[in-house]
Amino acid sequence: MEKNLRNGPVLFSNFTRGEGIKKALSLSREDILFEIRDSKLKGRGGAGFPTATKWTLVSAANSPEKYVICNADEGEPGTFKDRVLLLEYPELVFDGMVIAGYTIGANLGIIYLRGEYEYMKKSLEDYIEAMKKENLLGKNILGKKDFNFDIIIRMGSGAYVCGEETALIESLEGHRGEARNRPPFPVSTGFMNKPTTVNNVETLASIPHILLKGGEWFRKHGTDKSTGSKLFSVSGDCDKPGVYELPWGTTINQLLNLVNAKNTKAVQVGGASGTCIPKSQFDRSLAYEDAATGGSIIIFNESRNMLHVLKNFMEFFVEESCGQCTPCRIGNVKLLEGVEMVESNNFTFSYINKLKDLGKTMQVASKCGLGQSSPNSFISILENFSEEIFNGNGGNNGN
Amino acid sequence: MLVLEKNAMTEEIEKLVLKYGNNRSSLLPILQDLQKEHKYIPDFAQQEIARLMNIHPVEIYGVITFYSFLNTQPKGRNIVRLCQTITCDLAGKKSVAKTIERELGIKFGETTKDGRITLEYANCIGMCDQGPALLINERVYTKVNSEKAVKILSEVK
Repeated sequence: MEKNLRNGPVLFSNFTRGEGIKKALSLSREDILFEIRDSKLKGRGGAGFPTATKWTLVSAANSPEKYVICNADEGEPGTFKDRVLLLEYPELVFDGMVIAGYTIGANLGIIYLRGEYEYMKKSLEDYIEAMKKENLLGKNILGKKDFNFDIIIRMGSGAYVCGEETALIESLEGHRGEARNRPPFPVSTGFMNKPTTVNNVETLASIPHILLKGGEWFRKHGTDKSTGSKLFSVSGDCDKPGVYELPWGTTINQLLNLVNAKNTKAVQVGGASGTCIPKSQFDRSLAYEDAATGGSIIIFNESRNMLHVLKNFMEFFVEESCGQCTPCRIGNVKLLEGVEMVESNNFTFSYINKLKDLGKTMQVASKCGLGQSSPNSFISILENFSEEIFNGNGGNNGN
Repeated sequence: MLVLEKNAMTEEIEKLVLKYGNNRSSLLPILQDLQKEHKYIPDFAQQEIARLMNIHPVEIYGVITFYSFLNTQPKGRNIVRLCQTITCDLAGKKSVAKTIERELGIKFGETTKDGRITLEYANCIGMCDQGPALLINERVYTKVNSEKAVKILSEVK
């Protein structure tokens, strides 16, 4: 594996282990919540739920046991920012978890690490041990009476759907990773039916910087509705793939220049469950209010067959659908069949249009985010690249 | 399974239950440890976990079959997973896959006759900036081409 030189305004700026915890322990819980609310930090996993709201709900819940869960089940195709954070910036993630524990009144934090990242487990465990030695974890942390907090690591076992927070909790409780009905939400009925905050690795990593430099400082980066910066995992057809920290609101064109992408035809924003943006819309900005993403940016140049790309995505969803609800289980299979029909040039437009309607039904009728977002690429790729896909040549464009 | 093997298995599971606790949330860590040790979770082990943890065996079977890294049938000593998701696919997964199949003489989903390697596809393993990527047991190999893949596989014991 390779490491790159990194710099960025927030996450990739200077930080020492424990700084965030020290600062947090000097503040009251209300002050911490105020600072985070002021920063307008939103969940970095993709859904964009305001972190302050989540934490306020959990901290207000009346329960002797509460939990902090760090969602490190990074499975969205094209996303690898959590890998970088956990390997190169564990101090941010762990400080963020301890601060979360202090704020909501939890004693245990759990990192749900995806099975594919097992090679990091050892270094993370060593890190936890080092923190215990410095009294950054354990009993009466840094002399703060009655603040006890520990972190454990639990492994996933190769299921994409476990990145969905209720499926993740099911998995932690020893069940099949099938999403729960919501409500009740994890903030009141989470792990072991206790109030739980489930946060993305990057969300937690942002917290120490917000406390140290203030919510107002954080808001200076990004746009009005998307404050701060974001880690973008850039892959595909470009000279410099990797993780980049950029302020929200950066346009796709700016990003493409930065990574030196040439002859770009399309950019998949938000991974397989995101949308495919054609060249004509490259002036759109990456932000919650425009082209939203959990960080995945996949670049396709002119030589790529978009139907082939779509087929790869649909195969992914057919494999990863948990099979619990009908729209997602059957729907994804039908969409993949549709792609194969177009590929073999054995289709009718009326049927493909029916499939697009089916996709829209899946977006509202599926139980969890997987089925609700899996038709996104089907719809956006077929609509934005209809000319080349329906050329009667199985989407091949002469290459 | 021989009686001796069964006894050893029971003992192993008892130890794991002692280590992780016999509440339901310990189920996955126990299964993961067994998987790592035996490369699969045999029927007998499922029944013993069920007995010791007071869960119905069907529940255990249900959990194992849900997760792609757990299985109920034996596999090879080493599990080789090639990432099949989009970026690795664009970066040349197909030719690497063909080379591996040719070298090992097996298709994806199969195990070599000597039980050395089980070959599988994996969905995105988070190495998209350095594809095509290969996961052998827990280790990751990046920027794999056909030549490199053959060399890596020849070192797998």
